[in-house]
Amino acid sequence: MTDRDQSLAKVLALIEPFNKKGVAVDESTRFAQDLEWDSLTVLDFVASVEDEFDVLITMNMQAEIETVGQLVDSVETLSADR
Amino acid sequence: MNDLLAKFDPIIGEREALLATGLTDPFGLVMERVESPTVAICNGKRTILLGTYNYMGMTFDPDVVAAGKKALDEYGSGTTGSRVLNGTYQGHMECEAALREFYAMDHAMVFSTGYQANLGIISTLAGKDDYVIIDIDSHASIYDGCALGNAQIVAFRHNDVEALEKRLKRLPPETGKLVVLEGVYSMLGDVAPLKEMVAVSKAAGAMVLVDEAHSMGFIGENGRGVAEAQGVIDDIDFIIGTFSKSVGTVGGFCVSNHPKFEILRLVCRPYVFTASLPPSVVATAATSIRKLMHGGNKRAHLLENSKRLHGGLKDLGFTLGTEEPQSAIIAVIMPNLQTGAAMWQALLNEGLYVNLARPPATPAGMTLLRCSLCAEHSIEQVGEILGMFASAGRATGCIA
Repeated sequence: MTDRDQSLAKVLALIEPFNKKGVAVDESTRFAQDLEWDSLTVLDFVASVEDEFDVLITMNMQAEIETVGQLVDSVETLSADR
Repeated sequence: MNDLLAKFDPIIGEREALLATGLTDPFGLVMERVESPTVAICNGKRTILLGTYNYMGMTFDPDVVAAGKKALDEYGSGTTGSRVLNGTYQGHMECEAALREFYAMDHAMVFSTGYQANLGIISTLAGKDDYVIIDIDSHASIYDGCALGNAQIVAFRHNDVEALEKRLKRLPPETGKLVVLEGVYSMLGDVAPLKEMVAVSKAAGAMVLVDEAHSMGFIGENGRGVAEAQGVIDDIDFIIGTFSKSVGTVGGFCVSNHPKFEILRLVCRPYVFTASLPPSVVATAATSIRKLMHGGNKRAHLLENSKRLHGGLKDLGFTLGTEEPQSAIIAVIMPNLQTGAAMWQALLNEGLYVNLARPPATPAGMTLLRCSLCAEHSIEQVGEILGMFASAGRATGCIA
């Protein structure tokens, strides 16, 4: 597994408790449209991602992230910057 | 033409389905007459009000009403201008003086609403390279204050001191930071652990703003709020408040000891680019604030009411937002919107008004029947309210 694969696996695991509709999730899954998360669910999920990777994902950055793949990319960049 | 309102179709559908069940519109209630802080006539029926923010019952206080009438006679119906142009009257100065005295702070700035106070102060304080750190359950005016400004916004889990501390530690040490907290969170009526949160914020070099909208007048020895009650008011940089709750009129404010505070009057857009409050409003506010300084007995009665209602509802078998009563808000958690709406209607039929609260205003997708008490509710009224909850709860199957 590459680092990115590991990050993806972690993100997928973190999505599960919030995936109330049981949607099949891959890198192209969109948080708002496919998972149908409201803004508060997103904030709650982001908090768990932040703690898992020890990074900060500001609400400004969240606005640019639509899909699972984009989130993994952001987490990779933020971890590298740290 | 692309209909720009089509995006609201799902909400329109949900609303129509709810009203088709024969429910009175919970978001369209009209008070035909208002008899007192605790009683109004709704749909021709005498209704006990348990869903207002009239915590201290000041709206019909004879001194407050007289001050408003006098100002209306002497200064007219409105200022027709901004605070920084033609909209500052003697009454606005007296109102700010009353606030400085109430909080024992050096500066006070009055806004036209509490919403605008948060909007203005948060967006003005935090610039492009600064960070605003907020609780996920923050009021809409805090979120909107963040959206209006250019700062980086970081959210942390509700009332979680460790989550706040972790995030502060991940921020670059040299950047400007504003931690925004609320004394009482208005949906569940729970109080923030301000003592711990202020300590971790100060250790990280952050400035702290606390919104005390739902605590002014009755929490803390002098009614200054949760920060006073927890002994950290001297460490708070900015307190935001409102006149539309305990004070009993409309308007918002920020008080502070910061030596450069007064400059905000010139750079805060939601303060500059709107008309100031009418003379009658600032006169009622100033009178009410001064009376709240001596409201010890009312305060004790309000907190007693809160305990009695909380205990009574718990005994009836309702699920409540907090294990113990923490404020003047008692939230009854409903299993879903349909049951919540049925229960709301049953209570209204009994002659009781509470707030039906639902997402996105509520945390975790909850439907709540939110009860807020008033210092003018009598012990008998609280007993009557519990009887109505028992009857409506059994009729709708909420309790056995």
